[in-house]
Amino acid sequence: MNFAFSEEQEELRRTVRQFLEAKSPETEVRRLMETTEGYDPSVWKQMGQELGLQSIAVPEAYGGQGFTFIELCIVLEEMGRVLLCAPYYSSVVLAANAILNAGTEEQKQALLPGIASGDTIATLAFTEPNGKWDVTGITLEATEQGGSWSLSGEKMFVLDGHTADLIVVVARTAGTSGTDGISFFTVRGDADGLTRTPLSTMDMTRKQAKLEFSGVAAEPLGEPGSGWPAYSKTLDQAAIALANEMMGGAQFVLDMSVQYAKDRVQFGRPIGSFQAIKHKCADMLLEVESGKSAAYYAAWAAAEDNDEVPVVSALAKAYCSEAYFHAAAENIQIHGGIGFTWEHPAHLYFKRAKSSEIFLGDATYHRELLAQRIGI
Amino acid sequence: MDFHDTPSEAAFREEVRAWLAEHLTGDFAALGSVGGPSDETGWETRVEWEKLLGRDRWVGLSWPAEYGGRGAGVPEQIIFNEEYARANAPARISFFGEGLFAPTLIQFGTEEQKRRFLPRIQAVEELWCQGFSEPNAGSDLANIQTRAVLDGDEWVISGQKVWTTLAHRADWIFVLCRTDPESRGHHGLSYLLCPMRQDGIEIRPLRQMTGSAEFNEVFFDGARTARDNVLGPVGQGWKVAMATLGFERGTAFLSSQLGFEREFADLLDLAHKTGAASDPVVRDELAARYVGLKVMRYNGMRMLTNLVQRGVAGPEASIGKLYWTTWHRAFGETALRVLGADALVVARAGGGTYEPGPQQQVFMASRAETIYAGSSEIQKNIIGERVLGLPREPRQGETS
Ligand SMILES: Cc1cc2nc3c(=O)[nH]c(=O)nc-3n(C[C@H](O)[C@H](O)[C@H](O)COP(=O)(O)OP(=O)(O)OC[C@H]3O[C@@H](n4cnc5c(N)ncnc54)[C@H](O)[C@@H]3O)c2cc1C
Repeated sequence: MNFAFSEEQEELRRTVRQFLEAKSPETEVRRLMETTEGYDPSVWKQMGQELGLQSIAVPEAYGGQGFTFIELCIVLEEMGRVLLCAPYYSSVVLAANAILNAGTEEQKQALLPGIASGDTIATLAFTEPNGKWDVTGITLEATEQGGSWSLSGEKMFVLDGHTADLIVVVARTAGTSGTDGISFFTVRGDADGLTRTPLSTMDMTRKQAKLEFSGVAAEPLGEPGSGWPAYSKTLDQAAIALANEMMGGAQFVLDMSVQYAKDRVQFGRPIGSFQAIKHKCADMLLEVESGKSAAYYAAWAAAEDNDEVPVVSALAKAYCSEAYFHAAAENIQIHGGIGFTWEHPAHLYFKRAKSSEIFLGDATYHRELLAQRIGI
Repeated sequence: MDFHDTPSEAAFREEVRAWLAEHLTGDFAALGSVGGPSDETGWETRVEWEKLLGRDRWVGLSWPAEYGGRGAGVPEQIIFNEEYARANAPARISFFGEGLFAPTLIQFGTEEQKRRFLPRIQAVEELWCQGFSEPNAGSDLANIQTRAVLDGDEWVISGQKVWTTLAHRADWIFVLCRTDPESRGHHGLSYLLCPMRQDGIEIRPLRQMTGSAEFNEVFFDGARTARDNVLGPVGQGWKVAMATLGFERGTAFLSSQLGFEREFADLLDLAHKTGAASDPVVRDELAARYVGLKVMRYNGMRMLTNLVQRGVAGPEASIGKLYWTTWHRAFGETALRVLGADALVVARAGGGTYEPGPQQQVFMASRAETIYAGSSEIQKNIIGERVLGLPREPRQGETS
């Protein structure tokens, strides 16, 4: 057993951290979050060209570097730490994995190199206005006529849905329910019949859109009707990736709290000398460390692509969602009045924590999933 | 123990209902209970409404008749608040004036001061704000550095206050200042009353995480107020300020507690509408919040009965603030659970604006409630040390 990152992985973390500290300081996050696009195309380009971040976990055969899910999670953790505003999670985690899981060899050859280079921004459109995270939420219908497919219906909360060049859509074939009939399709962002409306996101650092499809011509990704295993796997991978990203933010708010508890003096003493504050920080550390253990273990399972993935993904998403939210909320409390201001970054993490908790289903949702998966 | 209205209470309830039915119409009724003590939504309409309340002496309900009040006792105040919340009438705007300053003034003010200030609070001619906190005096309020010195017949104030809610709306500020330059801690402070609209005062808005800017920094640079505008004796401001904090932590929030009933009812409606109410986890949480809501109410009634019968607040008073803020924060989280994925989207965001929806507003704003008016940590210290008599935590310079 060895539960440690390798020297190369630590080096990767350092490089990414350095890059993000330079390219995504708080001022940039605040600038970008006020925009509709929500990312900086030149930084996105540099991420691809200088560091190859978009290609990191894409297999070499499809234009990637062929690193594992663990390296991907290291990158995500660093991005969560600085609240990077970029379509990375949507493109590299959601869309790329959906294509890897569902696509034919030919489709992978065609679609992945663009994502890996950063030239294509992609996303996965799965959630609908019903807000359900399980498979019953997928109602958007795909219909076939003379060998060509078209989509009609609505998708909601689609990460970077308004800026994506390529949209992977989860739909169901007419007359099916449950896990039957689940299908993947690809649609260009500028396709006829597709209306994209940016949403006002609670967490302004991560953009979403509503997508309305009215008879949009779509290309099946893999075999229509039999997409469930690939979809389920994609969601598990997405949950693991998000759990790792959350832990980057969680560690950051913990650090912020501890620093403030040392610096802020009231009653002639640093507030960290009061047990009320000291114990809060200790509780945060306990949860953040534990959350990391869960997230890292899950990243390893995903890298191995082993049969533990369904269980550990639900476990990690459940634990990390709560750990991050608690930490981000306590961070505000520890800061007192200043923690409630717009100027202070505490609320940015608080909102990211809440939206990450909700996204893909919250902790209770994932505990239910876990209960089913471990046979409770 | 008897929770029925007495005949005179029943008559009073009838009077309140009839008044509300007659006046709560048109724009006032349409507004509903949006906004709050530190939330400016619907401000202009709420000012008009508050003036109507003042005209008919619902502002200053508890004040003695000689100052224009109705001399209402605690049961009548509860009844008024119940009926007010039930009618979904507009959120009150005079939290700092009517809620905090007026009762302090009645307790400590001179006859002249009461006659000068109370009628204008009632008529909504003058709004107040609270100038206690400073950058280095938050929980440690006694560490106040803002100074006031006498120059002839006037106090001259210099220093900085922060987190001053609605300073930009206020005509007056009650401001805790150090009037004895040699003093430290809670000695040598005075509770001054100072007009806001003057050259020596600069107000800089501070934006909150909810997106709006209800609180401010207030800079005093030679601001002036008349020598008589000191509440209580010079140098005894701490005692007066503690009385204000007592009202802030206790009675002033009675009305918002009843507002919680409305928030809960609205959330329940939403949960039924969206189907969230049939999710067992949501049901459990909603029921837990309901338990909390009712217990809060029973606590409140017991505390107020003690207040009436013994003239002093019992230990229940000190748990009041800790209780309602903790409950409201949990309620905000439940509200987001009811919203589900819809919580991911706010009413407006981007390009310099940020407007949460009503449930998100509670979710975010409730984070401040465990901070202001004595944070939860401070409340627990008070309960531990003053109610339970536990030994104090060591202060700097004290040997342990
Ligand atoms: C929305 C809002 C509106 C406000 N409106 C007003 C207003 O109108 N007028 C006004 O005067 N003030 C106002 N305040 C200020 C408020 O009263 C202060 O924020 C509060 O007293 C805390 O002070 P602080 O912010 O300096 O935090 P600090 O006192 O620095 O506290 C930081 C953290 O340390 C903890 N802490 C401090 N001392 C101890 C201790 N001894 N033991 C354990 N823990 C401790 C606190 O609980 C907190 O978690 C407002 C604040 C907010 C958030």
